[in-house]
Amino acid sequence: MATPIRMTKPWRPLTPAEADKVAGNLGVYQLANDAGNIVYIGAATGRSLFGLRGEIQDKAASPPDGATQFRLEVNTSYRTRHRELLMAYQHDNAGNLPPLQPAEDGRGLGKLSPG
Amino acid sequence: MDLSLSEEQKMIVDQVRRFVRDEIWPLEDKLDPDTDELPEADHLRLVSRTQEMGLYGLDIPPEYGGPDVDIVTRTLIAIEMSQHRAGLYAPCYGVFGGVGGPGQMLEANDWQKEKWLYPTLRGEKKAFFGLSEPSGGSDPARAIQTRAVEDGDDYVINGSKLWISNADRADYGLVFARTDPTKGRGGVTCFIVDTDTPGFHVRRIVHTLRSSRYATELQFTDMRVPKTHILGKLNGGFSIANDRLSRQRIPYSAACIGVAIKAHEMAVEYAKIRETFGAALATRQAIQWMLVDNEIDIRGARWHTLEAASKAHNGEPFRMEASIAKITATEAGGRVVDRCMQIHGGLGVAKDLPFERWFREMRIRRIGEGPNEVQRHVVARDVLGLSLR
Repeated sequence: MATPIRMTKPWRPLTPAEADKVAGNLGVYQLANDAGNIVYIGAATGRSLFGLRGEIQDKAASPPDGATQFRLEVNTSYRTRHRELLMAYQHDNAGNLPPLQPAEDGRGLGKLSPG
Repeated sequence: MDLSLSEEQKMIVDQVRRFVRDEIWPLEDKLDPDTDELPEADHLRLVSRTQEMGLYGLDIPPEYGGPDVDIVTRTLIAIEMSQHRAGLYAPCYGVFGGVGGPGQMLEANDWQKEKWLYPTLRGEKKAFFGLSEPSGGSDPARAIQTRAVEDGDDYVINGSKLWISNADRADYGLVFARTDPTKGRGGVTCFIVDTDTPGFHVRRIVHTLRSSRYATELQFTDMRVPKTHILGKLNGGFSIANDRLSRQRIPYSAACIGVAIKAHEMAVEYAKIRETFGAALATRQAIQWMLVDNEIDIRGARWHTLEAASKAHNGEPFRMEASIAKITATEAGGRVVDRCMQIHGGLGVAKDLPFERWFREMRIRRIGEGPNEVQRHVVARDVLGLSLR
């Protein structure tokens, strides 16, 4: 069965204590503001120290502008899943990337019509 | 068959080998282990290098501005280009260029060439190849259920495609659809479809063992395509697809050999320096036999692949040889990478080294470009003189 294209996991508070509970796997994650609007989509790659835990701990230590929540997905296909989440976001938001996403993350992104 | 290389081939092989060693490997040390693309600045710099080498646009025929490289030399280059971590599916990260789309577009008429082929060769457009469907990919002539129904000057296409690479990033693609349901392989037509055509949808990414390059699922809903977009003849799509599949098996095999060679080289070096119980691994018969089996696998696959390339180069029938090459190279490649992982122990399965990526991606090669069971069927047909039913 195919993974749902849009991440549906519950949001968790972006705090150091909550970040410490995350396992060190490879995978993808999203950051959101208080209203639950996605502001950044990231990935814990083969070069991330301590995987998802390291990524979320870094973000919790100095939260990006407006980010107060996170959710994640353990996934060894982290590169293709990261692209898929970015493309789905663009589809849902008139072609825009999340507000805190670096422009270079849009390089080479395809166009998805997930319905 | 004479496997010795001409002086020119030796020079080109040496040039590409040094390029991979000096330019690609150092970059990979800093990249994500699963990536299939270079930072833009590095990509542009290395494209300039391959242009200086006179090897840019390797698969573009010379009449369209590509270098005049015969298929045997092209195969030797493919073996070298794949000898790095991303080499199986992103040899040299694409800095040697290519047609930029399906080679069948070279068969387009003059109007179609102006509209799609030339912009593709100039790097202004990208394309995809849409053959396989959820109903199957190994027997496309019968499995294709996507329908194209004539309506005035157009065809209206409904259906879906699966395992299609690059469709989400392409400007156009070749879509094979059934135009005559009463005929099997004689009822399929190839359409050139712009991806901004109303009714064209990329529904999802298909995640696989291949960590960077993904496939997609396409859906066509009342997609109206003008008759002028037919590539080749009405109901002549099968021969277009079939030609591509046979020819593609040669570089596909070559890439597996390149990865196997690199993995084997690394295992040989590691066996000499890694000690267990006071002696180098290389002194253990169990390890020696694995390395010997690697050597036998690589030499056999290389011979079969170059034989197919040689026959294609000489204008002889090469379908059976291409199938044998595909079987031997993909299966030998899998065995070699597996043995090399074993020799490296825990390091072999860590992302610190390229074996785990090669292991995952090599597994796909026994299925992609026609599963090996279908290749054996092709060989059996030629050996037994049977027609394929």
